[in-house]
Amino acid sequence: MTSLSAKIQDVFDEPACDNNRGKDAKARKEGCSKPLTPGAAAGGCAFDGAKIVLQPITDVAHLVHAPLACEGNSWDNRGTASSGPTLWRTSFTTDLTELDVVMGQGERKLFRAIREIKETYAPPAVFVYLTCVTALIGDDIEAVCKRAAEKFGLAVVPINAPGLAGSKNLGNKLAAEALLDHVIGTVEPDDAGPYDINILGEFNLSGEFWLVKPLLDRLGIRVRACIPGDARYIDVASAHRAQAAMLVCSSALINLARKMEERWDIPFFEGSFYGITDTSEALRNIAELLVRKGADPEILDRTDTLIAEQEAIAWKKLEAYRPRLQGKRVLLNTGGVKSWSVVHALMEIGMEIVGTSVKKSTVEDKERIKRILKDENHMFEQMTARDLYAMLSKHKADIMLSGGRTQFIALKAKTPWLDINQERQHPYAGYDGMVELVRQIDLAIHNPIWGQVREPAPWDCQLALEDDPASTKNGTATVNAFNEFAGATAHHFGDR
Amino acid sequence: MVRILRKIKSAAVNPLKSSQPLGAAFAFLGVEGAMPLFHGGQGCTSFALVLFVRHFKEAIPLQTTAMDEVATILGGADHLEEAILNLKTRTKPKLIGVCTTALVETRGEDCASDIANVKLKHVEELAGTEVVLANTPDFDGAIEEGWAKAVAAMIEGITRSGARTRQPKKIAILPGCNLTVADVEHLRDMVESFGLRPVILPDVSGSLDGTVPDRWVTTTYGGTSVEEIRELGTAVQCIVIGEHMRRPAKVLHGLTGVPFAVFQSLTGLRAADRFISLLSAVSGAAVPARVRRHRAQLEDALLDGHFHFGGKKIAIAAEPDQLYQLATFFTGMGCDIAAAVTTTDMSKILQKVPAEWVQIGDLGDLEALAAGADLLVTHSHGRQASRRLGIPLMRVGFPIFDRLGSQHKLRILYRGTRDLIFDVANIFQANQHAPTPEALDPFRKREMPDELRSSPLTRH
Repeated sequence: MTSLSAKIQDVFDEPACDNNRGKDAKARKEGCSKPLTPGAAAGGCAFDGAKIVLQPITDVAHLVHAPLACEGNSWDNRGTASSGPTLWRTSFTTDLTELDVVMGQGERKLFRAIREIKETYAPPAVFVYLTCVTALIGDDIEAVCKRAAEKFGLAVVPINAPGLAGSKNLGNKLAAEALLDHVIGTVEPDDAGPYDINILGEFNLSGEFWLVKPLLDRLGIRVRACIPGDARYIDVASAHRAQAAMLVCSSALINLARKMEERWDIPFFEGSFYGITDTSEALRNIAELLVRKGADPEILDRTDTLIAEQEAIAWKKLEAYRPRLQGKRVLLNTGGVKSWSVVHALMEIGMEIVGTSVKKSTVEDKERIKRILKDENHMFEQMTARDLYAMLSKHKADIMLSGGRTQFIALKAKTPWLDINQERQHPYAGYDGMVELVRQIDLAIHNPIWGQVREPAPWDCQLALEDDPASTKNGTATVNAFNEFAGATAHHFGDR
Repeated sequence: MVRILRKIKSAAVNPLKSSQPLGAAFAFLGVEGAMPLFHGGQGCTSFALVLFVRHFKEAIPLQTTAMDEVATILGGADHLEEAILNLKTRTKPKLIGVCTTALVETRGEDCASDIANVKLKHVEELAGTEVVLANTPDFDGAIEEGWAKAVAAMIEGITRSGARTRQPKKIAILPGCNLTVADVEHLRDMVESFGLRPVILPDVSGSLDGTVPDRWVTTTYGGTSVEEIRELGTAVQCIVIGEHMRRPAKVLHGLTGVPFAVFQSLTGLRAADRFISLLSAVSGAAVPARVRRHRAQLEDALLDGHFHFGGKKIAIAAEPDQLYQLATFFTGMGCDIAAAVTTTDMSKILQKVPAEWVQIGDLGDLEALAAGADLLVTHSHGRQASRRLGIPLMRVGFPIFDRLGSQHKLRILYRGTRDLIFDVANIFQANQHAPTPEALDPFRKREMPDELRSSPLTRH
């Protein structure tokens, strides 16, 4: 655990992180993990975070060394997409039993499990995940992995991020450390070129990176490695020969980007493919970094031409939604990556932002929000489920954009909702992705069910008029009532 | 005699199991005003929570003691205490159901005495809230065991003990975890139609049935009430559905003397007949005309449906009682069980599964054993195997995250069996292979009688 503690200290001391730079030495030493409140905690653990980052590497066998729950309750649960291998969706776990734990058979079982995987699936690499229980009983996965790698002649990578180490975000970073220690730079590519880039922190959710990659292809830019979305092991292993990198989900893999810059002189910038202006800016930044590293400057003009052409198309498509979405009120309730150019685009077509959470926003972000919203009251740190429900059930927003965690608050409050976090079903990256997002917002807001579910049951309205209809009516009255009702029915469902 | 084939692999491939604490939490979710609490790391809880949400498409109350590195080394009693008190203040639950995890069980924590201390120390603060404990390490058992342990824990901790005056119309029902919301609803209607008053524990039909409450509720919004659990001992009879519920029933019997009858399955004509006969005997009432009508509908469904079932090879992977429920259904329709895979070898019901052998294992085993089968029967994770093998998948059990409405599928008694016949027959009809000259060519390689049904045991 000492090496793990050192790693955790190391990833918390992140010079490239704005938040970290703002802290004094003492605060920095304490790290960024906040102590959790028992009975009032939410979110995943470090193992969860590590697996999220590494699992999308598609041709690797991911082996979880743990009792059942860590893997059994969580496998095949993310919407990242692969253009080829499917091994990443096969779940492997040592499924430790009581006997294994008591008898200390964990390491042996792990070794045998690696052999079985090698013999049955012959993957280029096996990633072995340490978890709480196997850390607690002192299984030395680094030694087992080393031995297995020698014996079976394949890469066996220990991922030292047991859940008890901390939060999901810490797990993201520990996963990056594992890649730096054991994977990146282990294979020399024979085809490195001046237009090779890495995309870091792109998960290819719903295949959305495929909305962006053709743009890069058109510019003659090659994605050496997209980590982790739709990656192959060999791409990651040879990622150190890229010329430049873009960091997409900054809080997750910032240590990866910075250390790759330090070790292999791969400059990076933080960018986003969400929203029109951000996508354009990202493309421009990539081109500029490549030029800085010696690529032909003519790529800058080509990039500008492509951007102009694509932006025009996207804005034209978006404009079509203005009549339907103008004046609609959006509540943004997501702590994760939030692209201001998405907000910008929504406002550009006339939508109104009635509130946004600023839980994970930087000071700079908050200033920007203030300028956009004009009313600071619309910013909130975090709303309790009850407050959020109260706000939505009074229909103070026409749609909420958030992650799955608050999905049912919106739905039970009978408010349209759209998933913009990792479980989402639709690709939102790039120019077409922005149009898709707006299309989905339109579909959600204008679905005919809202009119139906918001109306009370008809007898609940009538109860106010008649006290006890069943017992006071005689036979004739019932017939009359039926005729009335039938008439009303005919009227309601007749010509419309 | 069924052969039980134990696991010999070291790497579980595509797990069939969900964890034991998840099963316990599931049972606690069937109690009104309940808040299940995992005593473990935040990941343990978050994985189970996400899986529940994917299955039920509902907000699920489930909290964690959030064990971190320090607590793991020094002990989790403080975290447990803090969590219980926080939950009491924030959500005012009527029941806090503590489920232990592998993390605290590996440490060897004495959670029972920890909870006793908390209760003693905070008598006033915790007034009106029951706290019960289910010891459910992840390295043991699966959903069934967790579910049964939670029910036993609630009876042990809440039900008033001693022989009580029996209420002649009151029936206690302890359903297994393989019963859906629709099953439980139907069960209640059926018992009531005999003039009896059922108390069902747990009752997921009140809490996980997917309704829209008119306010935001942070605990479960329905289910068995704590008061009903307390008064379970006044029932005249206890009916148990599923072998895994035998132990909770024994606990109830030991505490209060309520006699119990075990139904290992309520699917199929004979099982339903036995159940209805019992209701009729206990109530002294004749079988209502509506129920007779349902029985006749099932007879007709058996007649219409059997053409599609005869000789079909079925590969099932499910928890023991559900495996028994489905395997007896399929063999009762003339199918063969080509592969039977289950989670643990702890259940006595496995000996009764109508198959030559039962493999303790995972969906990797199912995939290897199911080649040539006509139908895969397991939960949603079977979708990859189904695609690779080109065999249709019928989704049963937990989790079902890629289809809607699994909780509203009725699978028991006359109507549930009738629906099941239709659903399966429709899958077969939708996947019918049209005749081709090649397939019918008499000179193609023919299977000789001795090759016809090579024993799957030869694979091992």
